[in-house]
Amino acid sequence: MLENIRLSFQGVWSHKMRSLLTMLGIIIGIASIIAIASTIQGTNEQLKQNLLGAGNNTVNVKLCRSDSEYEFDNYSGIPAGVPVFSESDREKMLDVEGVEDIAFYNSRSYSSDIWYQNTNLQGASIMGIDSHYLNTCGYEIRTGRSFIEKDYTDFRRVAILDDTAATSLFQEESPLGKTIELSGSPYIVVGVAQKKDEYQPVINSVDEYYSLMSDSDSSGVVYIPSADWGISFQYDEPQNIVIKAENTDYMKTVGKDVKSIANDLLSVGKSSDIKYKADKMIEKIEEEQKMNTAANQQLIWIAGISLLVGGIGVMNIMLVTVTERTSEIGLKKAIGAKKKRILAQFLTEAAVLTSMGGIIGVIVGNILAKVISNMTDTPTAISVPVIVVSVLFSMLIGILFGLLPSIKAANLNPIDALRHE
Amino acid sequence: MILEMHHIYKDYYPGNMVVPVLKDVNLNVENGEYLAIMGPSGSGKSTLMNIIGCLDKPTKGDFRLDGLDILNLSENALADVRLNKLGFVFQNFQLLPRQTAVENVALPLIYAGVSKKERLKRAAAALDKVGLSDRLDFVPNQLSGGQKQRVAIARAMVNQPKILLADEPTGALDSKSSAQVMDLFTTLNQEGVTVIMITHDSHVAGFAKRRVDIFDGEISEYKPQEVTL
Repeated sequence: MLENIRLSFQGVWSHKMRSLLTMLGIIIGIASIIAIASTIQGTNEQLKQNLLGAGNNTVNVKLCRSDSEYEFDNYSGIPAGVPVFSESDREKMLDVEGVEDIAFYNSRSYSSDIWYQNTNLQGASIMGIDSHYLNTCGYEIRTGRSFIEKDYTDFRRVAILDDTAATSLFQEESPLGKTIELSGSPYIVVGVAQKKDEYQPVINSVDEYYSLMSDSDSSGVVYIPSADWGISFQYDEPQNIVIKAENTDYMKTVGKDVKSIANDLLSVGKSSDIKYKADKMIEKIEEEQKMNTAANQQLIWIAGISLLVGGIGVMNIMLVTVTERTSEIGLKKAIGAKKKRILAQFLTEAAVLTSMGGIIGVIVGNILAKVISNMTDTPTAISVPVIVVSVLFSMLIGILFGLLPSIKAANLNPIDALRHE
Repeated sequence: MILEMHHIYKDYYPGNMVVPVLKDVNLNVENGEYLAIMGPSGSGKSTLMNIIGCLDKPTKGDFRLDGLDILNLSENALADVRLNKLGFVFQNFQLLPRQTAVENVALPLIYAGVSKKERLKRAAAALDKVGLSDRLDFVPNQLSGGQKQRVAIARAMVNQPKILLADEPTGALDSKSSAQVMDLFTTLNQEGVTVIMITHDSHVAGFAKRRVDIFDGEISEYKPQEVTL
């Protein structure tokens, strides 16, 4: 067998030009498949990254009326039968498998009630957060301090700004110790928070811009202790939940499980349309990935046609090789080679030829994927299983299309073959 | 008796015709004999050679080679007979052009399942015996006709067959190279190898100890007195 492989390489090498041209079909086929598969994989990876952000596996569970988030304001009151979560509710939610941390929060989006002296911060959010929130959502304090227990127990009016809010309100000034006005009440800024892992999503289209950037926290967030929420807004306002999952795989299940714990605490009537709902980030990603894969999968089949054409080219050249080497086959049979030896020799040669084509195709395909990625700004990801399957598949093509010529060689009559010049 | 042929007939069927090529051939060869089969072209000597070499089967008759009933053997079994009992030498050498002398000689040993190291050792020894130990790594193109034929003989003998079959072994050689090849055959025969040689050259046939003539598919023992006429 090893001897056959060595002889095959010798054969391929002695007809460099012919071998290369024969391989070309396989190279083009495999290269296009690799390029397409890498692009699909890369786009899927990017979809996920964009929607999840890097390394922050958080899932929001929000109070909803029918399908949309319940919008609070200071006038329409609080829905009946929705309790504020207690510490024991939190413990229960922490027990769910895959949950790393849980935090509760209230929020007002697009608030116009944030002032520092004469500067008004438009479109930012105000959030009333418990002591776990910043950690759960992956924030760290850049300057100043975080909320401490006394802030909660003494109802201190203190606030933490995120990076965006701090820059908008204070520009170059240090915000620490300054007083800001939230919804008519004064708060002292004690710290500035920022994301631990800053992740900038890659935007390829207007649609993506709206779905990824319309998040209200892009205009800044002001955090106050949840204990102060009632003072500035409403007492006993129901809270939303943010869950940090141990890893991305748990995101689907933790959202579902925590949501049902929260819903069990509700004492709204059966007919009520008020319910906690988990955001379906992962499901959304999977859906988009599925659509992306489906849209591009046909391309792989089209690339497969060039593999077929390449295979026919290999069959053709193997038939020529068998004819050229008729006397060699005759001699080998005369000195005692069995049919299966001849068969194996030519099958190996065809398989070596197409495998080499496959390997070159993988290299060319990866280069192609990089070029496409640079030209169109779509990411690519090299997929090892696709590479392994491609090389094996090209080997299979060699064996498949080499079969007919090899059988022809094995069945040659040695007398006729020896007479052949 | 290493070779027994009784009432061998071989017909060819080109189109609707029947062309009898061998007609009732009877031939017995003892172990260790040196036999020349002589005949003009078209006499059926190549067909006879192919049958002796187990490359072709007679239309009817009885053929035993080293005790084996050749006519009832499978294709794979015939390949083994060719591998183990027969060594072939051809007029046009039939060396693989891209392989070195030693690789060419080692070829039958691959089919015999000998390990690579042992193959090269035995092939080198066989080449040494035909006086080409300094040409191991030469490809056929770098060798003269006589050297090529000696490589072919080394290949035929490397698996230590009982019978050496040579088809016009000197047909493509000059007289000096022919003489070397004949010397080799004589030496091999003296070592106990049965040599069967086909030729149309009576000078070459003269090296053999026994000679049969074939004419129009019929075989006859050569009687020296016919030459003196």
